[in-house]
Amino acid sequence: MNQISLLAPGHSGCAGCCDAMAAKFTLMGAGDNCIVVSPTGCLEVMTTPYPETSWDVPWIHSLFENAGAVASGIEAGLKALGKKEKTKVIAMGGDGATLDIGLQAISGAFERGHDFTYVCIDNEAYMNTGVQRSGATPYNASTTTSPAGKVSFGNPRPKKNMPAIIAAHGSPYVATTSLAYPKDMIAKVKKATEIEGPTYIHCHAPCTTGWGFDTSKTVEVAKMAVKTGLWPLYEMENGVVTKVRKLGKVKAPVEDYLKMQRRFKHLFTMEGGEEEIAKIQDIANMNIEEYGL
Amino acid sequence: MPRETTMDKSKMVVVEGSYAVAHSVKVCRPNVISAYPITPQTHIVEDLSQFMADGEIPKCEYINVESEFSALSALVGSSAVGARSYSATTSQGLELMHEVLFNVSGMRLPIVMTVANRAVSAPISIWNDQQDSIAQRDTGWIQLYAENIQEASDMTAQLFKISEDKDIMMPSMACMDGFILSHVYEPVVLLEQDITDEFLPSFDPERTLDPSNPLTFGAFADPNYYTEFRYLQEQAMQTALKKIETVADEFSDMYGRYFGGLIDEYQTEDADIIIMAMGSIVGTIKDVIDRLRENNVKVGLLKVRAFRPFPAEAIKNVIKDAKVVVVLDKNISLGINAGALFIETKSVLYNTDIDVPVTGYMIGHGGRDIPTSTIDKIIDDAKEIMKSGIKTESQFTDLKEELV
Ligand SMILES: Cc1ncc(C[n+]2csc(CCOP(=O)(O)OP(=O)(O)O)c2C)c(N)n1
Ligand code: SF4
Repeated sequence: MNQISLLAPGHSGCAGCCDAMAAKFTLMGAGDNCIVVSPTGCLEVMTTPYPETSWDVPWIHSLFENAGAVASGIEAGLKALGKKEKTKVIAMGGDGATLDIGLQAISGAFERGHDFTYVCIDNEAYMNTGVQRSGATPYNASTTTSPAGKVSFGNPRPKKNMPAIIAAHGSPYVATTSLAYPKDMIAKVKKATEIEGPTYIHCHAPCTTGWGFDTSKTVEVAKMAVKTGLWPLYEMENGVVTKVRKLGKVKAPVEDYLKMQRRFKHLFTMEGGEEEIAKIQDIANMNIEEYGL
Repeated sequence: MPRETTMDKSKMVVVEGSYAVAHSVKVCRPNVISAYPITPQTHIVEDLSQFMADGEIPKCEYINVESEFSALSALVGSSAVGARSYSATTSQGLELMHEVLFNVSGMRLPIVMTVANRAVSAPISIWNDQQDSIAQRDTGWIQLYAENIQEASDMTAQLFKISEDKDIMMPSMACMDGFILSHVYEPVVLLEQDITDEFLPSFDPERTLDPSNPLTFGAFADPNYYTEFRYLQEQAMQTALKKIETVADEFSDMYGRYFGGLIDEYQTEDADIIIMAMGSIVGTIKDVIDRLRENNVKVGLLKVRAFRPFPAEAIKNVIKDAKVVVVLDKNISLGINAGALFIETKSVLYNTDIDVPVTGYMIGHGGRDIPTSTIDKIIDDAKEIMKSGIKTESQFTDLKEELV
């Protein structure tokens, strides 16, 4: 493991920030010979307040929706200049930038087969603009644009399956990971950046501010998502699942995960909440079955 | 300073405007080209892809992106790693790039893009006017407008040189009227590789994304810093004013062709009436002027080549002694009933002691033909203004009243 952090301390993220951890682990996996592009979002804002920067690798922010395209251009430019061999290209963006507004540019980049790695730091909402729902917000989470209310349990739709969408592009390597398992994440990023072609890492990243849990509990919450089966950890090579992190007997009910977070609080107080929790358990059960957790 | 262009007839070939531009791009030795089809720009990127297929552009990557938004975004990345980067677009494609246009100039990436000018929908229209690029005037891109195919193609090399100047580092648009120039065959002299290599050194930026010297591009600037970035961009634009002139001179010294620097003049010295215009329409105006001059009508043309940066001083100098100035615009800034060139021209005269009447015409929208009779009519109006002053400041021409 590369012990040197290429993300310097002193950024302005919240205490216990998930994005900071995920970025640090990504860089540990990639090493210092890389160029990073980040779309707009918490990670960008908290690491680059001019004239300061947390990045010890070359880094560029362009816009919210074009990291996939900018990464394509970086790769193409390096190739044309004969510098690609040595240099890894990484795009690192939030779930909004990845599943929603930037999806088209990412799709184009994967279809064209550029040699780069895209890391989605999935904190399950638009955190930088104040916790609005995104295509990655889970079923029944309360956000500022999908609030729970007298007639609503919050976000009405389940998470979009981004790894499957990327795998369908013919990517040689797609993996899910979680910031609670740094070794897993670092190894997967390393592998992704070493494989030629467009590769994808989807990192589950609990946000203390947006989800509502104590700033010391980021890793605990993240672990619980994995233990309940709500966030399976697996690798796909050329569209086929090749490796799964088994849970064995440590499986926990989704309730244990949900009750740790303010965004699901209403499920425990509203009438009908129990049935809703059961539906979420169904989602976990489906994962457990599908991936043989 | 007006200069003569002598075209070497033995070197002339008859090619389509798009081909001439694509050829120029090729000899400028780009490293990355991004492409997305949209009429009337498409032929340029098609010709470039054929050059690529034939192995004629070495050390170049050609990216078939999935949208114009990504076409320009990809060049953000390639330019930032130090690759000479090019694309072409028009109309809806250019408008889709809007957000990225700001981003490119803000990051001081000297990308060059040809804009085959076209109307913007709705209603959908694929024909020429200049609304598309004029709508992007505040994005921090240098904009030059070409009079003919030769100029559109020569402009490409000039703009790389201007944009990549270390004191400028601003992106630029080579604007050519769609169809009228892009799809027309004309005799032109194509840029020679050896002269261009001498004229345009390879792109060697001071700052790139490079792991051996990690830099942060596109940081977030709070109110303590943002204004200064804007100020520096404006400074770069002001520096570009001079550079556009010197590059036009250098180009003329090496290739023997001159189309003006910021502006060009035709029969303006003693002119009572000066017509101002941009793009291919200036050719039509020159023909009308030739005819009227035979009848001793003192009319001249001020061709505006650079719209951004805006050549305020050069324009003032030329029009200060005229009796009336007529500005033609193939665009409209909706809500003020005038075109952009007219508005800018009037604004630079305010607070000066130049007291010349300026009248504006919005003309040739959505590909509407501009016959010489229309120019004649406008000049007749101008003669009237000389006698009795301006009655209508700015107006549409050739409106079909029965349709409105
Ligand atoms: C075109 C555009 N629309 C909206 C925004 C405002 N905006 C900035 S960051 C952001 C949300 C980022 O969310 P995500 O990608 O999930 O990253 P996070 O901040 O949660 O880590 C939004 C909506 C923008 N910058 N650009
Ligand atoms: S809101 Fe969440 S993602 Fe953003 S800085 Fe705070 S903890 Fe990090």
